Formats: sequence, structure tokens, C-alpha cells
Amino acid sequence: MVNNIKIKVQGLNVWFGDNHVLKNISIGIKPNAVTAVMGPSGCGKTTFIRAINRLNELIEGSRTSGEIFIDGENIYSKETNIFELRRRVGMVFQKPNPFPKSVIDNVAFGPRIHGVGNEEELQKTAERSLRESALWDEVHDRLKDSAMDLSGGQQQRLVIARALAVNPEIILLDEPCSALDPAATAKIEALMRKLAEKYTVIIVTHNMQQAARVSDFTVFLYLGELIEYGTTKSVFENPKSKLTEKYITGEFG
Amino acid sequence: MKKTEIRKRPRRLNEWVIEKLLFASAIVSVFTTLAILAVLLFEAVGFFQVVSITEFFTATRWTPLLEPKHFGILPLVWGTVLTTITALCVAVPIGLGSAIFLSEYAPERLRRIVKPILEILAGVPTVVYGYFALTFVTPFLQSTLFPQMIVFNALSAGLVMGIMIIPMIASLSEDAMLSVPQSFREGAYALGAHKHEVALRIVVPSALSGIVASFILAISRAFGETMIVSIAGGSTPKLTLNLLESIQTMTAYITQVSLGETPYGSIEYRTIFSVGLTLFLMTLVVNLVGQWVAKHYWKRY
Amino acid sequence: MSTKTTSNKKYTVRKVKGGALLALCLTGLIISLVSLAILLFDAFMDGLPWLDLQFITSFPHYLPEQSGILAALWGSIWVVGLTAILSFPLGVGAALYLEEYAPKNWFTSFIRLNIANLAGVPSILYGILGLGLLAEALALGRTILVGALTMTLLILPLIIIASQEAIRSVPRADREGAYALGATKWQVTQGIVLPQAFPGMLTGTILALSRAIGEAAPMIAIAGLLFISRIPTGPLDSFTVMPIQIFNWVNQPKAEFQGLAAAGIIVLLVVLLAMNSIAIFIRNRYQKRAR
Repeated sequence: MVNNIKIKVQGLNVWFGDNHVLKNISIGIKPNAVTAVMGPSGCGKTTFIRAINRLNELIEGSRTSGEIFIDGENIYSKETNIFELRRRVGMVFQKPNPFPKSVIDNVAFGPRIHGVGNEEELQKTAERSLRESALWDEVHDRLKDSAMDLSGGQQQRLVIARALAVNPEIILLDEPCSALDPAATAKIEALMRKLAEKYTVIIVTHNMQQAARVSDFTVFLYLGELIEYGTTKSVFENPKSKLTEKYITGEFG
Repeated sequence: MKKTEIRKRPRRLNEWVIEKLLFASAIVSVFTTLAILAVLLFEAVGFFQVVSITEFFTATRWTPLLEPKHFGILPLVWGTVLTTITALCVAVPIGLGSAIFLSEYAPERLRRIVKPILEILAGVPTVVYGYFALTFVTPFLQSTLFPQMIVFNALSAGLVMGIMIIPMIASLSEDAMLSVPQSFREGAYALGAHKHEVALRIVVPSALSGIVASFILAISRAFGETMIVSIAGGSTPKLTLNLLESIQTMTAYITQVSLGETPYGSIEYRTIFSVGLTLFLMTLVVNLVGQWVAKHYWKRY
Repeated sequence: MSTKTTSNKKYTVRKVKGGALLALCLTGLIISLVSLAILLFDAFMDGLPWLDLQFITSFPHYLPEQSGILAALWGSIWVVGLTAILSFPLGVGAALYLEEYAPKNWFTSFIRLNIANLAGVPSILYGILGLGLLAEALALGRTILVGALTMTLLILPLIIIASQEAIRSVPRADREGAYALGATKWQVTQGIVLPQAFPGMLTGTILALSRAIGEAAPMIAIAGLLFISRIPTGPLDSFTVMPIQIFNWVNQPKAEFQGLAAAGIIVLLVVLLAMNSIAIFIRNRYQKRAR
């Protein structure tokens, strides 16, 4: 299982206007593991994961070429159902962005728009997702309260529950802990390791210690190019590229 | 040390004078409100010494310029309300629809062109709208849909008033929708939502207080609108649900009497102020409700 | 993992709903734009035949062929000119007070509430104020002065609100730099805030004045439908303005007067276009420099 490739990126290029942000990325992401994407600011990490759920297309002036195969299917083909794609690939953003609705309505939003109308089923799905994201114990008695009343760490776990509620296979997290305190961060990191048992987890981070703690594989990007990819252990202890070594030892970034 | 002390005193005096001057400018607004109230109340009190308040607010006929005189304001109030409702039926769907389109669907270039054009609608003087209602809309409706329509009628006035209010609703609703953070939309898209689901389930509910505030502002504007209803609505106050008949609004009545030769101090002259007072109170209530809605339902982000 | 479009019936329903919403919204927008076009086109077609030099240089007359808008045009110029002189300093002064000087207490909130409310008071009530207080009680008569004072009160909230916006857009850092050098409040206001906020204030005032020039209701209450056949020579003259003249003509039974009304509308719209263009020009020039 571990030797299979879940996401195969082939020759991915992304432009924003004239800005060539990602240059010819080719990589294979493995399932049931946490892959960390690292690199200095502006290297294209966020653009990279947003290419996997095609969220870059929301930005006016963006252009993508190349292919990304998920389970062998090219998600950039003309026949792709982009909405179904986004259901299968969940995303957690840098700053927690719960909707200004109640806790339960946040989690139920995804299933609702994808056609689930049965209230009982929604309730069950919400509970399952909130348990899975380790938030149930803290919110089970205030499901109708506004999500904006939760703390930052709770909001982020709520967003994770929201993504889990639609049964994804891949979960993308864009620096999910950068707006959180150390205690909340620790909870999220533990959660990610647990989620990797069931899902394919990709996390963007510029915190190297976090990458070392949490991930099985590490990708290093620099100025839009793929510099290094391997198991976290090998990338940190035996980097193949001089650039990687410089970044890890803190010479820049 | 001594030099700066001497210079300070005239500086301080100047500052004080300037602050008082600016303060005076600011309280002109307070004086205006008090003056409007005073003028209205002064003459209205004289009016209510002759006409009982109960008759004014409950009687259903308004004929102060004819014999026998009746002083029930309900037909005038109803004229105002009827035309306002008609106007809203036009302005709310079109205004909100335009706002959703401009905020969620239109590319930036299109927005930059269309938004100023909509603002032009807002800048056209109401006299022009009145002309349009009387010389185009009424004949058009008479020849196509409603041959039994009278020249002066509530429908034409209400429709044109609606067109006039569209930019108000469109502009304010669009501003409210644009201020919804992009992160909400991205969260919804990332879950696989279609654009219309993002617009209707996330953006509009989040912007609701601003949208509702725009409706309420539109109501207040419609209540106070004078030219369109004076030119095209008629001068026959009556309680009717038939939009094809002529009616009279509070504002149209005030215009009618101001233009006539009513002697200063007579009961007919005083009706200007009692009707004016009623209009003032109605728009005041609507404005206060609007401000309350905007404040109390502001979703914190 | 299938992400192909083919299978999902729910997907099709959602796509259709999306298309329906887009169509509805676009239809709404198109209706408003088309209405504007029809309105302008209608007025121009009706009015152009009556618009000639004679129209602009004549006084109103019982014969439509000899009637013109001269008195109303000059009346409007007088009223709006006087209004500009009165309202600009008052509006800017009030805005400066509220943004730079006012303490945070209930009275200041009361002033702000007042201004917000006055912006929503029907314009005809301002006319009643002008008539009842200024013309009658203070015996100033139904003159240009009273018209201008009334109009000033009417557009004052608009100017104040626009000026407040302009003042707020001056960055706090600029003020703090001046204070740090030992400047007094008025020096900061005069030297830092006003110069930067001035274009915005000017734009707001011109837009408010363009509202004023199109207002009929309050002027009708004050000026009535007097038959004016001379150009005003001073602020204490009786007067009429373009919107009143147009209103007058529209209400005449003879069809030719509708044409005159339309011609008057064209003149009014041209003046408005000129004023708005000046305001937008000022706004654009200021924005370019700020970048």
C-alpha cells in the first residue's frame, strides 16, 4: 500500500499573469501518510496544494499547464467534475475560516450542498466528523452556538470536521497552525498523525520542527522549483541538495 | 523659556476660537432637526385644536379643500404606502439580482463599467422620472396591458419610483456583499460548492444586515418621494387596492396645497403641517429601525 | 475515485439551478440598464425639436413657441451658487469637528445621529421648514436667499458625510508625525488633514450640489409656481428654478408644453452631466497623485 502513488503530479506549471509561480513540478505523493511541503516565503507551496483541488482557478489571470493524476485519473481533463473533485479533496486554510453560522450548520454545510437532506443523517455525520477531529467533547452541548464564538484552535478543528463531513480521501492543510498558540498547535499536530491512518494528508509549513515532528515525507520547494523529495528522515539528515541543506540549517528562509 | 510662554497664549486662544467655530457648524444639524420639528408642531398644534386627533388618524376621507371638509389622513397614508410597496416589488428583485451579479459573477472590468452606469440612474432628477412616468409609461401600459387605466394612476408612479430606487438597493447590497471576506467563499468552494451555492448560502446570509438596511433606506426614500407621484400619481386621495386608479400621497398633497392660494393661518394651510408631521414621524421611525437593524445584526468577522 | 461529470444526477440539478440564478440576476441588471436608456432616449426625442437658441434665451410665455427657460436657468444658477458658498464651509467645518475635535460623549453621538437622520428626511419637509420659518416667520420672503438657505440645510448632511470619509482616509501616521513635531491641533488640521482631504470634500460637495440643482419639491414650497419673466438681480429677488419650470410645463394640458418640458429636461441633464464630470475629474486626478 505504501508503495502506491495516490497523487501523481506531472509537469505542473502555474502562472499568475506573467508571474511563473510553479515551474515544471513532477512528484508522486503516497497515500496514508503525512507529506510536508516546505520552503521559504514565496516559493509556491500554497499554489502547489491549491493546484490539487484546482482552487487557483478562483484567481483572475491564473493559468495552469501539466497534469495531476489522482488514482490514475487526470483531474485537469475536460471531463473532470470540479465540484466532485473538491469534495474528495478537503482543504484547511491558514487562518481558520468557519462560516458565520452555528457549529452544526458549519459541519453540515458540505453534505447539504452535495444533496444530503435528511436531518437525522446530517446529525450523525456531524457527530462522526466532530469526533474524528477531536472537537466533539468540547462542543457537543453547544452545537447551535455561533462558530465565531469558538477559540482559534477550536475553529481550526471545526474546519477540519467540516472537510471530513463530505468523506474526502485527501486532506490539504495550508500552514494550519500559524495562527494558533502552542497548546492548540500540539492538538492539531496529533490530529494530523491520526488522520494519516485513513487519509492522504499534505501539509504546507514553514516551521521545520513541525515538519520533522509530524510528517513521513517532505517536499522542498524553492522559487517554484522542486528541489528535493524523500522521507522526512532522509531529507533532514541526508539532504541531497546543497540548497536543502542551507535551508534546514537556517541560512535563509 | 519665556519666549515660548508668550507665543503659547495667542496660539491657545486661536485654537479655542477655531474649535468653537467648528462646533457651531456641527450643531447646525441639531438646530435643523429642532427647527423642522418646531415648525411642524407649531402649526400642527393649531390644526389639532380644530380637528380631533382621533378623526385625523381614523377617519377614511380626506377632503380639506372641498365642502364638506373631512380630515381623515388614512387615504393619503395609504397612497404613500401603496406606491411604496409597488416600487419595492420592482426595486428589490432587480436591485438584489443586479447586486448578486456584480458582486459574485461579473469580472472586474465589467463591474467597473456597469456600476457607474447604475449610479447614473440615481442621479437623474425625480422631475425627469415624473415626466417619464406620465408621457411614456402610462401611455405604454394603456396601449398594451391595461386599456382601462386612467392617466393618473398608482401603477405608473410606483413602477417608475421603483426604477429610481434600484441603484440604492443595488449599490448598498453590493457593498455589503463585497465586504464578506474572501476566506468564506474559498472555504465553501473548497468543499465543492457551485458558484450560486456560495452566493446564496454563504455571501447573502453573511451580508444580510447590509442588504436589509438597503431595503429600509429604500422605503424611507419612497415615502418621501414627491415629484413622480405629484406628476403621475394623481390628486384624489382614496383607499383602494386598484393600482390603475388615481390616488394621492402625503407628499403630493403637500405640493398641491403649497401651489394653491391657501391663506396663511387657515385650516387648509395648517393641513400642510399636520400631514408633514405625519410624514416626518413615519420616515423617522423607518430610519431608526434601519439603523437599529444595521447595528444589531452586524455579523462580526 | 471518479470525478467524471457523467454519473451524477444531483450534479445536473445543481448546475441547472446555478444557470437559473445567473439568468435571473442578469435579467434584472439588463432591465435597469434598458430602463435608463429608454428614459433618456424618450426625453431626448421629445425635447430635441424644441431645443434651440430661442429656447435658452427666452422667458416663459403662454404661447409654447415663444416660451423659454432663461429665467429658470438663471434662477438655478443663483440658488446653487449661493448654496455652494453657504454649504461648503459649514459642511467641512462640521466634518472636521466630528472627526478631529469632538469628544466621545452622548452629545457627540446625538449630533451624529441627527446628521444620519437628516439625510433621510424627505426633501419636501425642508421646503416646509424654509416656507414656515424663513419666508413667513422671519419674513425673509419667498426669495433666492431663502431658497439657498433651505437648500443648504438639505444638502448639508451629504457634504458632511462625504467630508468625513475624506478626512478619515488621511492616514493616522501623517497626523502623528506632525504632532510629534509639536504642532497644535489646528496646525495639524490645516496643514496635514485639509490638504489631503480637500479633493474628496470638493468632489462630495459638487455631487451634493448636483443633487440640489435637480430638486423640485423644496423649491416649489418656497417659490411656488410664480410666473417669472426676468433674470434675478440679487438674493432678495423672487425666482424659479429649472425643475419647477419643467414641472410647470409637464402639468399643462396642451401637448406642446410636454415638448418644452422635455427640452428643459435636456438642459438640466446637460448641466448635471457637466457638474458630475467635474467632480469625477477631480476625484480621478486626486487618486492618481495618491498612488
